[in-house]
Amino acid sequence: MSEPAKGISRADVSHLAGLARIDLSEAELDHFAAELPAILEHVAVVQQAAGDDVEAMSHPVPVNNVFREDVVVPCLTPEEALAGAPASEQQRFLVPKILGED
Amino acid sequence: MTDLTRLSAADLAAKLARKEVSSVEATQAQLDRIAAVDGDVHAFLHVDAEGALATAADVDARRAAGEGLHGLAGVPIAVKDIVATKGMPTTCGSKILDGWIPPYDATITLRIKAAGLPILGKTNMDEFAMGSSTEHSAYGPTRNPWDRDRIPGGSGGGSAAAVAAFEAALAIGTDTGGSIRQPGALTGTVGVKPTYGGISRYGLVALASSLDQAGPVTRTVLDAALLHELMGGHDPMDSTSIDAPAPLVVSAARRADVKGLKIGIVKELGGEGFQAGVSARFHEAVELLTSAGAEVVEVSLPSLEYALAAYYLVMPSEASSNLARFDAMRYGVRVPPAGADDPSAEQVMASSRDAGFGDEVKRRIIVGTYALSSGYYDAYYGSAQKVRTLLARDFAAAFEQVDVLVSPTSPTTAWQLGAKLDDPLSMYLQDVATIPANLAGIPGLSLPVGLADEDGLPVGLQFLAPQQADDRLYNAGAALEKLLEEKWGGPMLAQAPDLEVAR
Repeated sequence: MSEPAKGISRADVSHLAGLARIDLSEAELDHFAAELPAILEHVAVVQQAAGDDVEAMSHPVPVNNVFREDVVVPCLTPEEALAGAPASEQQRFLVPKILGED
Repeated sequence: MTDLTRLSAADLAAKLARKEVSSVEATQAQLDRIAAVDGDVHAFLHVDAEGALATAADVDARRAAGEGLHGLAGVPIAVKDIVATKGMPTTCGSKILDGWIPPYDATITLRIKAAGLPILGKTNMDEFAMGSSTEHSAYGPTRNPWDRDRIPGGSGGGSAAAVAAFEAALAIGTDTGGSIRQPGALTGTVGVKPTYGGISRYGLVALASSLDQAGPVTRTVLDAALLHELMGGHDPMDSTSIDAPAPLVVSAARRADVKGLKIGIVKELGGEGFQAGVSARFHEAVELLTSAGAEVVEVSLPSLEYALAAYYLVMPSEASSNLARFDAMRYGVRVPPAGADDPSAEQVMASSRDAGFGDEVKRRIIVGTYALSSGYYDAYYGSAQKVRTLLARDFAAAFEQVDVLVSPTSPTTAWQLGAKLDDPLSMYLQDVATIPANLAGIPGLSLPVGLADEDGLPVGLQFLAPQQADDRLYNAGAALEKLLEEKWGGPMLAQAPDLEVAR
C-alpha cells in the first residue's frame, strides 16, 4: 500500500495520524497521501535558508518564566470545571478505560 | 433619522455621551440589521440579543445616573468565536466544540464587559482559525458583502463581514498569519494585528502560540485605535504579555500626519503574483502619501523568500501540539468508534478527533506532527525557526532606514467561493504578505485603498512597524484614510452594494 511519493507515503500518513490520534478513514488517507508531498516539497525550502551559525527563534519576544505572589485567588468551582465534560461522576471526569483488554 | 448602524464607533460613542441616542436603541438597530442581512452574509454563529440588550440597558441606566463611563460604553461589538465568552457558546468554527459554553471569560472579554460594550454575538471563522476564506468553518461559509458569491477572506471572515455589512461597528479578530488583515483587505474594512504580546492571549483558543495575536476589526482607523486601546496593555494571566506602557494608538490616529515620515515599499511584496488592480490601487495610495509629504523608498527583505514556507511549518507544528488538548475527555464532543464494544480512551480519542475535526485541521495536524517527529525536527521545524531569526534581522535592518513599511495586504481581491478549496497550497500562497509580521512579532494594519478595476472588489494596503511602535501604523493609516476619503468624497464602504434585506 505504501507508494513513496517525494518523501511521504500513505503508510507514513497513517503512522502520523496514529501519533496524532486521528482515526482517518481509508479515503482520507488516500487524499492526504496524494496531497501532502506537494505541501512538504514547498516548505522544505527552509532547509536552504540558513546555516548552523543562525540561531533558532521560538518566540518573537524573549520568553521568561512569570511568577506571582503565592496568594489564593478565585478559581472555577467543580461544577463549572465539569460543565463541558462529555461525562462526569462524583465531581470527576468520567473517561473510558485507559488500558485495552489485550 | 440617522441610521445608527452606519455610524463609526467613535461617532456613536459621541452621540451616546451626549445622550442623543441610547445604547438600547443602538444595540437594537444592530440586532435588527443582523436579522435583516445575516441570513445571507452568515457572519454570526451565535447572536445574543437578550444579553446585548441587558448590557445596553445597564449602561443607559448608569449613564442616566451620572456615572463616569468608558468612552466606548454602550457601543455594540461582535466577537470572533475563538475568544472565550462565559455563558456564551464558543466553537472556533469546529464541530469538536459544538455546544461548548466556556466557564470563564478571556481577558479581552472581561475588558470589553468592564467597559460596558454590549456583545452582539460570536462571529464565524475557519475552523480553529485555519484558513484564508472562512470556508473551513464547520457551520458553513461567510459570504463577502461586496459579492455574496465570493469569500470574505479568513480566518476572521465573520468579523470582517459583520463590520462591512454594518452588522456591527466594532469586532474582535485574531491574527496568526493574516486572519485579521486579509479579511479586512477583501471586505474593504480596517484590521490591525498588534505587536505580539500587545493584547492578552488569555482565553483565546490557541492555534500557534508564538504567532497568535488578537486585534481590532472596524470600518475606520480611529475606531480600531479606540478598540486596540481598550483591549491592550499588560495582563498577568498571559506570560507573553508585554509588561510596558502600551503604544499611544488613539492619539496617533488623531494626529494623522505623514509629513517627513519615511516609508519603505517592500520590494519582494509586489510584481509577479499580484493582481493588476491590486498593484494599481497600492501604487496610487503610495503616491498620495508622497504628495502629503512622506518620503518613500524601496527596501528589500531578502529572507521573505523563505517566510511562507517557514510559516507553514511553524504554524502546523504549534497547532498540532495545541490541538492535542481536544481529547474528548474534559470538554468537547465524544464520539465512540462505530462497532467497538467497550472502546479504550485512546480509541475514543481517535474517533472523536476524526469526527470532530474538519479536513484542513487534520491536514495541518498531520503536517505539524511530521515536522516535529524525530529525524525531521531539525530539517523542518528547526530550519523554520532559523528563518524567523533571518526575517527578524531583515526587518530590523529595514527599520533602521524607514519608520514604516508598506505592501498590498493580499495579492488578490476576494475569490469565488470554492475556487481554492481543492488546492490547499494555492490558498496558503494568499498569505504571503501578511505572515512575515506574525513570524517577526511586529504590528501590521490593513486599510481599504480602493476597488480593483478588473472586478470592482476591495483592495487593502498594509503598513508594518517595529515591535511596540503600533502608534506609527495608526498615524500613517489615519493619514492615508483621510487622503483617500477626500479623493473619494466619503468612505469606500459607501460604494458597497446594498444588501437585500429580509423582512
